[in-house]
Amino acid sequence: MTTKAARLFRRMDGLFAVYKPQGVHWKLIRDTIESNLLKELNSCPPPAPQLAVKFQLLSSGENNGSKDLILSPSMLPSLANHPLVKGPQFHKVHVGVGHRLDAFSSGVLVLGVGKGNYVLEHLCKSHVTRDYTLEGEFGRATDDFSHTTRVIEKTTYDHVTQDKLERVLAMIQGANQKALITYSQMDLRTQEAYELAVKGLLYPHGKSPPILTGLRCIHFNPPHFTLEVQCVNETQKYLRKLIHEVGLELRSSAVCSGVRRTRDGPFKAENALTRQHWTADCIIQAIAHFRKTTRKIRKSGMYRQTDGQLNSSAKIQEQIRSEIGQSDQEHVELTSPTFDRIVDRVAPGTG
Amino acid sequence: MHLCRRCVSLLLSRPLLSAALQPSTHTLHQRSHHILLQPPVHRLTQRHSRETWTPCGRRNLTDHQAASPDVYNNKTDLAEREAEKHIVPFENLNVHQISNQESLSDMGLDAVVRPSPLQEISEEEAIQIQVPSALPPDSFTLKPYVDQSETLSKLVQLGVNLWELEQRPNVGSMLVRLDFHADVAPKLLFLKDLGVEESKLGTILTKNPFILTESLDNLEARVSYLKTKKFSQESVAVMVSKAPYLLNFSVERLDNRLGFFQKQLGLSAEKTRNVVTRLPKLLCRSLEPIKENLKVCELEFGFRGNEIQHIVTTVPKVLIANKRKLTQIFDFVHNTMDVPHSLIAKFPQVLNAKFLRIKERHLFLEYLGRAQYQPSQPNYISLDRLVFLPDDVFCSDVALATLEDFERFQKTL
Repeated sequence: MTTKAARLFRRMDGLFAVYKPQGVHWKLIRDTIESNLLKELNSCPPPAPQLAVKFQLLSSGENNGSKDLILSPSMLPSLANHPLVKGPQFHKVHVGVGHRLDAFSSGVLVLGVGKGNYVLEHLCKSHVTRDYTLEGEFGRATDDFSHTTRVIEKTTYDHVTQDKLERVLAMIQGANQKALITYSQMDLRTQEAYELAVKGLLYPHGKSPPILTGLRCIHFNPPHFTLEVQCVNETQKYLRKLIHEVGLELRSSAVCSGVRRTRDGPFKAENALTRQHWTADCIIQAIAHFRKTTRKIRKSGMYRQTDGQLNSSAKIQEQIRSEIGQSDQEHVELTSPTFDRIVDRVAPGTG
Repeated sequence: MHLCRRCVSLLLSRPLLSAALQPSTHTLHQRSHHILLQPPVHRLTQRHSRETWTPCGRRNLTDHQAASPDVYNNKTDLAEREAEKHIVPFENLNVHQISNQESLSDMGLDAVVRPSPLQEISEEEAIQIQVPSALPPDSFTLKPYVDQSETLSKLVQLGVNLWELEQRPNVGSMLVRLDFHADVAPKLLFLKDLGVEESKLGTILTKNPFILTESLDNLEARVSYLKTKKFSQESVAVMVSKAPYLLNFSVERLDNRLGFFQKQLGLSAEKTRNVVTRLPKLLCRSLEPIKENLKVCELEFGFRGNEIQHIVTTVPKVLIANKRKLTQIFDFVHNTMDVPHSLIAKFPQVLNAKFLRIKERHLFLEYLGRAQYQPSQPNYISLDRLVFLPDDVFCSDVALATLEDFERFQKTL
């Protein structure tokens, strides 16, 4: 016997993405969504009241003998299970947050509900890259690299041209590429390493510092400029610092006026829910929309766990790779080839 | 059907014991179990004693003294009387022994003659044995008591959320102790006479259960005080249903609050009454945050005295709003959107709106090139229209764009 609320609760298991506005802490978003879901669950009609057997004493007038008291059993709804006494049916819906976004930055934030939290773990462990758009402004430097805090120094930026900026970006990207190869712990002389590198499937193995896998300037209008970044293991503070360092490299200084995440692994900004749509209905729709993606992430996560028996699973990985390649074609076209793979690299030692 | 004596004693041992031992302490409780009971009964009472020992965790809703008069007296007395009436003299004697156990010492107990547990009793006797319902002596929730207690069941039927109330410290045991006819009914009638709607009674009691323990004279004194201040009967009823704690405050305190608002804001009596009727919470809250908000409006925002008066009379909620949020909204509206003080004072509702909403809409209009807030210029957009239209109307009427465009724009922020 499942009630409507229980069915609704089961439909909520899964992952979805919201668009986090700037200036709001992610914990606030998580709590808002949790309370919205709870409200919807508890507004479902409660199960029918339980009946309890009660014996009512009937005074029998005609039988004047005091021994013949008649007890008549009857079924009455017991108040003990009334919703006002028992409280709401659901007290907690587990809502987990994927890769965090700090209060200053905005963009796609992946949330998991219920059993989706296990998949969320897989997503966090897998080496998916994330897309960011960084807004920069030349001429100032502040103490935490964002444009609102205390100004430390002011500089000129007349000498900065797009050409110089791109040269600096290329240099940074080269350094990161080198770091990527180091942290992938791969012997570069093997055939396997060659194949992975050709396909752009090299990933940092285990823990690594933030690594940029793609970096380019998409808009340059001094003092404002906009960078597009693909990266792994990043923090938003690191990205703001990146703008600062770009400014220093150009013999000027720069502050970051906006960090916006446009993609987190397979979750893109187009399908993220904006603030008005954080209702239970929209969330359930979004979860249903991402169900397929969720399943893929779970599978790839499980393959990674059973890394020991990888001889056979290498083929399956190939399969998934081709599947994802098909589903995310447009992305692959848009940006550099070294990103957007949910599938983890096969560890060479265990294979 | 043949019930045997053993079953009878099993059935009766629990409530009788708990009845008899009500005022005693736990240790006495424990000891008496071991002393008084014969081996066949022992297993069950062991369990019982464990039950009484375990729940020392969060809150004991009903400690032994706190058990409700009606629940306890009705049920256990009845059980005792039943037992005395219908049970064979041996058992009767035993009952007396047990219920008087406080005066008993350890000696002499072994001498009590008990009927054999295997003795057969007649069917008539068996029918007349009433099995009393098992009320736990203490519990984490009000659930077990609801069906038995008249007060609680009546409150549930009124729509009082008992679950919410029992989360609050000491409220659960207070409710259990109340007697419906003596404590609850007069207060309900009083509220009804005041003009409070019947459907609101449940929510009022859920918010403020302490109105039930307040004395009726006090409540009447407070209502008559409000009436001497020329609040009409209806407005008092509305105020009580909006701010249930209003009647729990002393007359001096209410007088102090009303005087504060009249003096601090420099409003006429009529206007003060209007403000307080619309937001009666003002009378219940602490005055410090209100003073602080007034200072923020005056010094930080730079509003003039009459502007503050106008803001407060149109949107009293500004007084109890979060200071940080007010500052954030004012900063954005005044410094980013370049709206002068006079316009903000004209549409003070904007201070009551959501910051993100104002920000997103302003940026959207700015992107479209229609962010124009000067009334003297063409295409003027009033703050009212900016903030209080729902999203679809705002997009079609003010921004002249589609809702999808607006959402797409939100994702670029």
